[in-house]
Amino acid sequence: MSTALSDAQNLTGEDLPTLLITPPNRWIPLQLAELWEYRELLYFLVWRDIKVRYKQTALGAAWAVMQPLFMMLVFSLFFGRLARVPSDGMPYPVFTFCALIPWQLFANALTESSNSLIGNQNLITKVYFARLVIPIAAVLSGLVDFLIAFVILIGMMLFYGIVPGPAILALPGFILLAVLTALAVGLWLSALNVQYRDVRYTMNFLVQFWLFATPVAYPSSIVPESWRALYGLNPMAGVVEGFRWALLGKSSPPSAMLFVSVVVVFVLLVGGLYYFRRMEQEFADIV
Amino acid sequence: MSAIVCEGVSKKYAIGRRERYRALRDVIAEAAARPFRGSRKEKAELLWALKDVSFDVAEGKAVGIIGRNGAGKSTLLKILSRITKPTQGSVRVRGRVGSLLEVGTGFHPELTGRENIFLNGAIIGMRRAEIVRKFDEIVAFAEVEKFLDTPVKRYSSGMYVRLAFAVAAHLETEILVIDEVLAVGDVAFQRKCLGKMNDLSHSGRTVLFVSHNMQAVRSLCSEAIWLERGQIKATGSSSDVIERYLELATRNENLGDLNTVLEAMPSDPAFGMNYVSLEQDGETAATVLSGKPLDLVLGYTLRRDTAGFHICVRVFDVEGTMLLETIHNGHSEEPPVVEAGDYVSRVSFPAEFFAAHAFEVAILPSIAGQRDCWPRPLVIPFAVEASGKVNRAYPGYATPAKFAPLMNWRTERLSRVMSAKVSQ
Repeated sequence: MSTALSDAQNLTGEDLPTLLITPPNRWIPLQLAELWEYRELLYFLVWRDIKVRYKQTALGAAWAVMQPLFMMLVFSLFFGRLARVPSDGMPYPVFTFCALIPWQLFANALTESSNSLIGNQNLITKVYFARLVIPIAAVLSGLVDFLIAFVILIGMMLFYGIVPGPAILALPGFILLAVLTALAVGLWLSALNVQYRDVRYTMNFLVQFWLFATPVAYPSSIVPESWRALYGLNPMAGVVEGFRWALLGKSSPPSAMLFVSVVVVFVLLVGGLYYFRRMEQEFADIV
Repeated sequence: MSAIVCEGVSKKYAIGRRERYRALRDVIAEAAARPFRGSRKEKAELLWALKDVSFDVAEGKAVGIIGRNGAGKSTLLKILSRITKPTQGSVRVRGRVGSLLEVGTGFHPELTGRENIFLNGAIIGMRRAEIVRKFDEIVAFAEVEKFLDTPVKRYSSGMYVRLAFAVAAHLETEILVIDEVLAVGDVAFQRKCLGKMNDLSHSGRTVLFVSHNMQAVRSLCSEAIWLERGQIKATGSSSDVIERYLELATRNENLGDLNTVLEAMPSDPAFGMNYVSLEQDGETAATVLSGKPLDLVLGYTLRRDTAGFHICVRVFDVEGTMLLETIHNGHSEEPPVVEAGDYVSRVSFPAEFFAAHAFEVAILPSIAGQRDCWPRPLVIPFAVEASGKVNRAYPGYATPAKFAPLMNWRTERLSRVMSAKVSQ
């Protein structure tokens, strides 16, 4: 039954976009073009997160630095000094700090993005926009903390007299890989988190476990050569070793490991995007 | 040309499950236990919030959506604004849709007024350039010029909603979907909001407007859709539909539920309630019109002569504040002895008494100095819709007051005396 409420009339005459709203599908296209439409919203959400975090300025900036700094102290003392963990011939503090920074970027981005949908449920239930904007914004807003911590790293490198070679040009690639890894896993977890609320309690465990599975406190060179490519299944292993190679000038790039890492991230990311797109159709009903 | 074509839209929700979301832990535990238990699927109760709703809205029309709470109005708006997907059916929408389901979505208390204008604007779908262009207009409309750089957590609630509405009102999409955002601010600002809404609905834009305020719907919308239990009950010109709605709304279908509730009350050796009803014009009322008196009718049996028997009736607002209390034989000179027998007690709340809000009436029979006949009172919710003379001059205004009696105002014109004084 269709009830015509009144005579049709076209006031504007221009060509308006037509949209068809239909029941949920199992497979829906990624429509990354739509994401582009919402780039300004993405910008504002990142800006909001950063602004709010640094509103009480003194502490906001300090936290970004404190966490990796204290971890470096603890690692240097227990792993470097007492347990005499090898550090590929580098001073242990800078060796571990150089890994802690991308690690922290990843760990924060992962936690933030996993909780992002729940944290923004008031938006999800009241307004339509490309939902992908939310976990992406959560990941990107962590970059400011990263940049602040990075300044400390530069200071440490100056202190130890380490001058990076041309490999530093590859650094943005590793930062991107860290961000994409966090986003890939964050997409899965954020969507799961909407449906199963105990996902957030597993986050702490996951992040801790992942930290020790990543060569942050130790070099990947203690893993036997033949297993090293397999180690790349953990994309953060590739990122961390990449950082050391790019900044501290270790002899050879971790190519085999990196290749595996990039493939893993790509698969996780594409899978995560499809999973997220499928689940987002019901976010507003269950969040 | 139609701006919105809705075809057979249905939306199903699963209710009855304890929570909407589950713990992954439980899912894993269930999966692990399944081989030992055989498949025993827990069937969630299903609720059709919308069932086979079809209509179309011509471009440039303002259409009101009316109906009781739970009739599916909000679900329909959520589907039209793409927040949720229909279970069946489809909607074809021509043009950008802006949805204002609440004002101030995404406002952050730590951010300043200026910052929130940009953030909220971006969230409801405005382009940055558009916000910049309308910024001064928004600020002027909200009357918050002096506080632009103050965090909104320091705003008074009036300033907050003014700012929130101002941003929303400047959203320029071809189609606007609005849910009760009118009722904000003080009288002066509400009139301003209504004026703005009026401009919007006569600007060639398509507007869908959900409200319980019939006067506002009548003045803003030329047409209306009446939803009842997820289905369209009537469509047509807004004044016709509203008239039919108000007429039928006074007759009740709630009675059945009420009697079930009544049966569930535990029995008492001395007292038994036979029926309870809320009536207007002698008929059971689900939606109460403020312009008519409201009677609470209690039919009960007292099985023995009881000293100190009384029935206490209390009215609460939805926040749980007790607004009034009255005892059925409270004005006797001394505690009466009520003799055994069948009784009907009526208490009448006058016309022009309740304002248009939701209320609850709680009924508790007890025996003074002994016991309450029920462990907890019988609670009947009811909603009042404005239909009387009170504030009818300001149809867009919904008073925050819970009572809106027709007060005895007398105004005399003293202009001659006044002007004489001024001219001296």
